[in-house]
Amino acid sequence: MLEFDSHVSPKQRREFSSFSNRNCRMETCFELSKCKYGFKVYVYPNTQDKMSSKYSEILTALRQSRYHTTNPEEACLFVPAIDTLDRDKLSAEYIQNMESKIQSLPYWNDGLNHIIFNLYPGTWPHYDETDLGFNTGKAMLAKASVSDMWFRPNFDISFPLFHKEHKFKGGEPGFLTENLVPPLRSYTLSFKGKRYLTGIGSETRNSLYHIHNDDDIVMLTTCKHGKSWKDMKDDRCERDNAEYEKYDYKILLHNSTFCLVPRGRRLGSYRFLEALQAACIPVFLSNNWVLPFSEVIDWNQAAIWGDERLLLQIPSIVRSIRHADLLALRQQTQFLWETYFSSIDKIVATTLEIIKDRIFPQSSHSKQVWNSLPGTLAVLPEYSATLADYPFYSSLPQTQEFTAVIYATSKTVMVSSPLYRLIKTVSKSPSVHQIIVLWHSDAPMPTDVRWPVPTNINVTFKTIATISMRFYPFEEIKTDAVLSLDEDVTPVTDEVDFAFHVWKHFEDRIVGYPARNHYWDESTSHWAYSSKWSNDYSMVLTGAAFYHRYYGYLYSHSLSASLIEMVNNLNNCEDILFNMLVSHFNKKPPIKIGLRRFYKEATASETEQISRWFDAEHFHQRHFCVHYFADSFGYMPLVRSSIRLDPILFKDPVSILRKKYRQMEGVS
Amino acid sequence: MRSSGGSKSRLRGPRMVNRYQHYYVLLFSIILLGILVTGALQFWPHHIDEEEYDFMLRSNIPVREVVIPTDAPVAEKSDQSCTFHSCFDVYHCGYNDDSRISIYIYPVTKYLDESGVPLTLGFSQEFSELLQTVADSVYYTSEPDRACLFLPPLDLLNQNNLRLKESAQILTSLQSWNHGTNHLLFNMLPGNMPDFNTALDVHRGKAVLAGGGFSTWSYRRTYDVAIPVFSPLAAATDLPEGDSQEERTWLLMSAQVGLHVEYIEDLMKARQNQPRFIILQQCAGIYNMTDRCTQEGNTALEYPQVLQESEFCLVIRTSRLGQLTLSDAMKAGCVPVIVADSFILPFSEVIDWKRAAIVVAEDNLSTVNEVVRAISRDSLLQMRRQVRHLYASYFSSIRAITLTALQIINDRVFPYTARKYEEWNEPPSMIPVQNPLFLPIKPPQSTGFTAVILTYDRLESLFLIIQRVAQVPSLAKVLVVWNNQQKTPPPAAEWPKINKPLKVVQTRHNKLSNRFYPYDEIETEAILALDDDILMLTSDEVEFGYEVWREFPDRLVGFPSRVHLWDNSTHKWRYESEWTSAISMVLTGAAFHHKYYSYVYTNSLPGNIKTWVDDMINCEDIAMNFLIANLTGKASIKVAPRQKFKCPECPNLAMISADQKAHMVERSECVNRFVEIYGTMPLQSVEFRADPVLYKTEVAQEIKLFKDLGAL
Repeated sequence: MLEFDSHVSPKQRREFSSFSNRNCRMETCFELSKCKYGFKVYVYPNTQDKMSSKYSEILTALRQSRYHTTNPEEACLFVPAIDTLDRDKLSAEYIQNMESKIQSLPYWNDGLNHIIFNLYPGTWPHYDETDLGFNTGKAMLAKASVSDMWFRPNFDISFPLFHKEHKFKGGEPGFLTENLVPPLRSYTLSFKGKRYLTGIGSETRNSLYHIHNDDDIVMLTTCKHGKSWKDMKDDRCERDNAEYEKYDYKILLHNSTFCLVPRGRRLGSYRFLEALQAACIPVFLSNNWVLPFSEVIDWNQAAIWGDERLLLQIPSIVRSIRHADLLALRQQTQFLWETYFSSIDKIVATTLEIIKDRIFPQSSHSKQVWNSLPGTLAVLPEYSATLADYPFYSSLPQTQEFTAVIYATSKTVMVSSPLYRLIKTVSKSPSVHQIIVLWHSDAPMPTDVRWPVPTNINVTFKTIATISMRFYPFEEIKTDAVLSLDEDVTPVTDEVDFAFHVWKHFEDRIVGYPARNHYWDESTSHWAYSSKWSNDYSMVLTGAAFYHRYYGYLYSHSLSASLIEMVNNLNNCEDILFNMLVSHFNKKPPIKIGLRRFYKEATASETEQISRWFDAEHFHQRHFCVHYFADSFGYMPLVRSSIRLDPILFKDPVSILRKKYRQMEGVS
Repeated sequence: MRSSGGSKSRLRGPRMVNRYQHYYVLLFSIILLGILVTGALQFWPHHIDEEEYDFMLRSNIPVREVVIPTDAPVAEKSDQSCTFHSCFDVYHCGYNDDSRISIYIYPVTKYLDESGVPLTLGFSQEFSELLQTVADSVYYTSEPDRACLFLPPLDLLNQNNLRLKESAQILTSLQSWNHGTNHLLFNMLPGNMPDFNTALDVHRGKAVLAGGGFSTWSYRRTYDVAIPVFSPLAAATDLPEGDSQEERTWLLMSAQVGLHVEYIEDLMKARQNQPRFIILQQCAGIYNMTDRCTQEGNTALEYPQVLQESEFCLVIRTSRLGQLTLSDAMKAGCVPVIVADSFILPFSEVIDWKRAAIVVAEDNLSTVNEVVRAISRDSLLQMRRQVRHLYASYFSSIRAITLTALQIINDRVFPYTARKYEEWNEPPSMIPVQNPLFLPIKPPQSTGFTAVILTYDRLESLFLIIQRVAQVPSLAKVLVVWNNQQKTPPPAAEWPKINKPLKVVQTRHNKLSNRFYPYDEIETEAILALDDDILMLTSDEVEFGYEVWREFPDRLVGFPSRVHLWDNSTHKWRYESEWTSAISMVLTGAAFHHKYYSYVYTNSLPGNIKTWVDDMINCEDIAMNFLIANLTGKASIKVAPRQKFKCPECPNLAMISADQKAHMVERSECVNRFVEIYGTMPLQSVEFRADPVLYKTEVAQEIKLFKDLGAL
């Protein structure tokens, strides 16, 4: 234990470095000053050594991260490119001479500001969790199966154990598709897996037969694994093996309310993530295990802790959980699975966020953010310290005003220009706070136009250099609500007001008029884009739509540079990317309102331009974009909707005096 | 503050001499030192006043005297490797219906040495309160055999007052000591001059320590409990809460005494050109804990009152990590800025400190003003609110601290009934709406819905509606709720033949709430509640309604709508069925809802809403709208144009009859009554409805999925 003289200067005390690495903490084994350029992660170049596909994916995810840097001088965190995942000497993936390889890393410096990833420490027979076969020095360990005995709190990271087949990106969805009531499945509790007969950890699974009842509690173990199981078998093996064959694992997984997650040789087991994905509430039986990411994840909201010492109590404990709690626990498994665990890149991103939160406590995520939808990866804390500034945490209308942001590409502005009329229309809305025109044109900004707006409304021009900048959350935008408009759309003021009304009740979605769809094109095996009339849609274009200012921030700060660059080079697809981004985080479709779609045919002749919407090349690009973006997200994030929201009494044969949004009756 | 170097040399002297001979001299110095070091008068020993101890009187045992021989065994050193799973004995905590731990308090005992001299100073006021709290709590048990935890009758709160070896001997002498297993020790001021360890130095084996001032090295996760250092001064001082929005004179204040000179230098650096940063120190002359002075001024400012004048208050480590200033600042609604590397914040196992305090690394103290200035006014106000809540709930008294520590241990022993994050962190009135169906999943269309039809005796209309609803593609099953106890339902042969399952349940009482009972026969999530006379809905309309429900499975989705309005003349809510352009309710004569809401309606409607509805034979639909809006914070959804269930041509409904007026009055009464019961108006008014995407668009009719949406 640390002892120090209170008369020693605090500075000396902090520099006092006789801590063993066993006791590392951020204060003693991590140099915060290296993070003065922000949270930058450096990955060493790959070496000649063999590398497992999973470690290679971890490195890829790190290199694609927005925190990645290629410059070691500005790095805050270093990641060796030598595969440390499997440190079981008996494993084929074990890398020899790790000590010298690690020591020869140019910035190793006894592991300072380094992180080592590991899934399998130690080997038969003791499976010593501290045995990585090399000295990790002051490096942080992101390690599976850690125990309370060895875990260095707020320094190490308890890492999830995942299969070799675990997806790199996108990830498989959770199995839960409906919230049945009562929330009970055919089996109350189940487990199916190996048991080890003797040696470390074997007692836990060897005891499970005590609670097996072959009815609603099904505990299946097999001794049949390894070469010499017959020599070691106990008198239950034959019976257990027979029972084991009676049940199918997949069927149990889908039909159990709870899934037991008992320790194996090591504390963590694959069962954990399998159960989580299957919305089968995990019941841990692995004393002293530090649960994955438990520094930030409140597992009590998604799982049940059992105690190996009290195995016989487990049945009554799981039966005592109230139905309302079951419903919540089960939904939480799905949220956690899909947000933090379902793919390697999410696991890596989560790890980085945990470390970043430690280094920059002033802009870190609260427990609330970590444990409720949409989760930490959707919440960039630099945006605001106030949760109410994000679109996710309130269902009640909060905003009273909006900012209209008009994207303009024309050469000039005259009184007859659509832009002039659009500004006039928008300014009539009682809720408009101000109007910003984003000038994306070679022509100079108009300076001497007198805008037909009330005196209290400000019309500002800003030049932007790229199409993506239309979503940029400029300082001038003081409201959460942004009305995004193309300069040539022709809404009536009631349409603006109605859209704003709807948006206030769906702050987390894009709410607007022009809807589009995506579909899977069998002939090309590609995702494709559609602007045809159809009974459903998955995108609402940002030519006439409301969105939350925060999504503009997410677009500008969370997307990979290559995606933004592609959009800017094409000068197209920014709206598609924006829709995918929003649906990726809120898992919901946008909302189409009203009849109109604001096709540009009406304006094409007026501006004497060939509208880009009819440009075949333009359209072709959009097919390409949909597919390319989906590929880059690792899955298709768009969600379809088959409903549209209209004003109450819309087009109903009743007196127009009863209707609130009367102008909408006339347009079509 | 006197220079600590001086105190140190003064102490070293007597320590060299035989401790026993000089015990009282030493004790006095230690106490004096304790006052100087902690900067507060606290934990003064006082004599046991037997009248105060209910728990003793209850057990009817007089204060025992026990002699501890000089060579009595000493408890083993604290086992630093202990975790909950490795050292805590769960077998005696057992599974019980309340999922509650039990705690036994040893009889109050006077421990004497062989010559009859007391080995302890007796109980401090604080320890007495602590014992009383435990004795009065739900956790208390008078039977050691049934106890999960044991509380020794030894006041260890302030290590300054302790004889280390003798205390450890007393611990081993306890009847059930067993290496300290499941013994709970409370300590607020650990360590001694000059080293100030961060956990109680008394050898204590496997005992669980509820300690103030743990560092990340001395704290055993899952095992110890980090508690605050109780501030008697803050507890005794009345610091009225000002306006929650108030702007305070100072942005940042340091009002601690006894800071190391290096910290003071850093503070001076941080204060440069920061007019809203003030540093207060002890006033010249005799140290008085309730006075503070600026460096320049000599006017004494009242402490802790002065903390109320700053938005943020610095809490910097001194010899110990746990600081009274933390409690003082919190009481004053001043957001703590904690500068104490490796400090385990009090109750941080359950409290989310990010919402109530700012932690700054000691190395960054000289730039603390930048950190503080970067915090928005909104965040500050939220943090202040949180600080007040945390102080009142967990810091304000010995009682609060003790019960919180016990609750944390209880949560470890029974994790499946543990208090949730919100319960620990949100002020009770602020617990946010937790939508019971919060996961955004769209139920598969293939599951379909169950039409639940409430009927009494309108057979003809019932049969007709069964046939109609059977036409809807996504119908999974029809469940008829036969609410007539006088008549039995007709034999199976007489029921219409449909190609979907048809079940009839017979109720025991003719109650309206039967329509919202979560019958086992309902195997789908989606329920379409239907009156037996709702004949006008088209198949497309119902199918589209189901589609809308699938997109909003957490809401009530219906057809005709109603709205509530505030009547300024009567100061009451009014129920309105006029054709307005807003809606806040949908009628449940035909509406979709999740089966979970039937379960809630049946089992946990607040107040007497359920019986009120059954007695009135009215308003069950309003009750359902309230229930769902209250659980989700969201509005009901109206589908498509339909405004009436009855045909508009029907003459008796075209005019407003006296009956109908009475009906409206009754419905308004329901709304007002429910608002009273909920304590709030949960309904949300919205001005939109859900239509099919191609509704009224000029495209070929055959493209449209839902063509026949019927009339108004």
